[in-house]
Amino acid sequence: MAIANVQVSETPLVLYTLRRADDALILGHRLSEWCGHAPMLEEDMALSNIALDLLGLARELYSYTAQVEGRDNDEDKLAYLRDVRQYRNLLLVEQPNGEFARTLVRQLFYSAFADLYWRAMMKSGDATLAAIAAKSEKESAYHLRHSSEWIIRLGDGTAESHARAQTAIDDLWAFTGEMFTVDESERGLIETSVAIDPAGLRPQWLKTVSDVIGEATLAVPTNDWMQQGGRGGRHSEHLGHLLSELQHMQRTFPGLTW
Amino acid sequence: MATPNTPLWEVFIRSRNGLAHKHVGSLHASDATMALQAARDIYTRRGEGLSIWVVPSSAITASDPADKGMMFEPAESKIYRHPTFYEVPEEVGHM
Amino acid sequence: MYTQALNTSDADDRGLEDAERAAHFQARIDAEERIEPNDWMPAAYRKTLIRQISQHAHSEIVGMLPEGNWITRAPTLRRKAALLAKVQDECGHGLYLYAAAETLGASREQLVDAMLAGKAKYSSIFNYPTLTWADIGVIGWLVDGAAIMNQIPLCRCSYGPYARAMIRVCKEESFHQRQGYEIVLTLARGSDEQKAMAQDALNRWWWPVLMMFGPPDKASQHGDTSTRWKIKRFSNDELRQKFVDATVPQAQFLGLTIPDPGMTQDGDGHWRYSEIDWDEFKQVLAGNGPCNRDRIAARRKAHDEGAWVREAAAAYAEKRKYRQTAQAAE
Repeated sequence: MAIANVQVSETPLVLYTLRRADDALILGHRLSEWCGHAPMLEEDMALSNIALDLLGLARELYSYTAQVEGRDNDEDKLAYLRDVRQYRNLLLVEQPNGEFARTLVRQLFYSAFADLYWRAMMKSGDATLAAIAAKSEKESAYHLRHSSEWIIRLGDGTAESHARAQTAIDDLWAFTGEMFTVDESERGLIETSVAIDPAGLRPQWLKTVSDVIGEATLAVPTNDWMQQGGRGGRHSEHLGHLLSELQHMQRTFPGLTW
Repeated sequence: MATPNTPLWEVFIRSRNGLAHKHVGSLHASDATMALQAARDIYTRRGEGLSIWVVPSSAITASDPADKGMMFEPAESKIYRHPTFYEVPEEVGHM
Repeated sequence: MYTQALNTSDADDRGLEDAERAAHFQARIDAEERIEPNDWMPAAYRKTLIRQISQHAHSEIVGMLPEGNWITRAPTLRRKAALLAKVQDECGHGLYLYAAAETLGASREQLVDAMLAGKAKYSSIFNYPTLTWADIGVIGWLVDGAAIMNQIPLCRCSYGPYARAMIRVCKEESFHQRQGYEIVLTLARGSDEQKAMAQDALNRWWWPVLMMFGPPDKASQHGDTSTRWKIKRFSNDELRQKFVDATVPQAQFLGLTIPDPGMTQDGDGHWRYSEIDWDEFKQVLAGNGPCNRDRIAARRKAHDEGAWVREAAAAYAEKRKYRQTAQAAE
């Protein structure tokens, strides 16, 4: 009997790259939802550019994942034929776009992390990851600047934009902890300098984010309870709907070439 | 509530080392930082830019049309007649 | 009051045009010179260009919607990225075109307001729905193909900013049609279901695409001056015939059937298509196509829901200017 989902042999390096690939795909997919609907044409271009950067990154990471795994998976099998419980992205990136403030706050939180993460990963002992990092670092730096400028304008714009931005910050804050967590599978990779310990990035991340939020005349939330689960396949209800759409064609017409 | 028109900016790009900046078009942005960002997103997507200049369109002064046969005063003017280049007092209302 | 508005020609706006100026203008056009924003031009030339360029711009922006409809469902990552890039290109094209229209004295806001109010048109083709993935392939192949046929001559139109915008657009356009054709080719070589999907899409899009070229030459009201002023370099029927002649062999190569049983090839090798249903075209132009209301509603939603964002950016810019002035005064 045919199995609907591909299976992935999640050895440490496979799992590690798969997690980053899923982050990039899900966030890129979310941003692509803005195409044709942004507040001005210039922003439609900007958000699409970021989405394209992330999709490109996802493709490279999925290809590398499949290569390391060494079975017969490929970028499309991994993206289109794993179900919710097999996805390994952060909870933050699967959150719905909501309105513009929510999307840009999510971008600020994520790209402030990605900027630091990819810069650190340029020194990875894995040559492929180091090369991917060198390219992504430039892109992430731009993404961070783009979202920072917007958060400043929304926070220090009108009373309405300020309120919307603050609500978004308050709602998404609990999803920012997961980026800095490490589980057992990653410890070995950190020890061999293939991966970096993200906990070390948090102080700088917090400073960057707080500076932007401060300049925006907004407030950093004080609650420190952090949501987790994405890295282990325990997602929010949002991911199922997202994957239904993303995977629709391959699930409806299995095994074909497009 | 009617949003005021977003200011218009002209964009100039130096695409390669050694070349001069070339005018490529215009865009709308609320301030210079956003204008530069937008210029990068719109006019350099295919790696077309080493250096970007953005200038508020209304800040550019143009010579009179090249054709001297036309009956204009040899005076300075705007680069074109965009509604936002000319100030209208509030009492006059929306134009 | 108006400030140093020295490049107005209010006189020609009131229709009192100097015959000498008009003759000189026509001589420049005949000599293939480019007209630039500050050059003298008849009011009618300015008006018709604003109409044509803005209509073109609106089409690019509204055109993002039928294809954008499939970005989240593209069947492979490669197709997903390519489709997103294509739709983003179309946004860029709209931007270049609004920029060109603005050099004639209209603001983008005015032009967009007119479109949202239903007063300005955009290409009829975008009022049709994308029902399957095959539609995406067919749109790239046929709709972009038709657009290219129209756009290449416009690279030599008389108005400088429009011609230059078109050159930029055409450079970026080349991959769009190839991408579309490749999608349809993959389907045509695929399973029976995929092949049927491609044929069904062709059946639904063929006639609306032929209507894209506009009414038959006899019926068009904008023809004469547009031709004389080198804004329009080929007639509707000429371009339509050129398109059909190029496309029929492409369909044959795919093994797909053009949904026109009465089409025949004449002695000169031209493909003579059957009579187009111009009633359908009129209905779509009047707002009664399958998607007219949805398209306008989507653009209006983006515009309205984005208002607070634009206001915030403007408010910040004001504050920043004030702070910079205050700082300079210290």
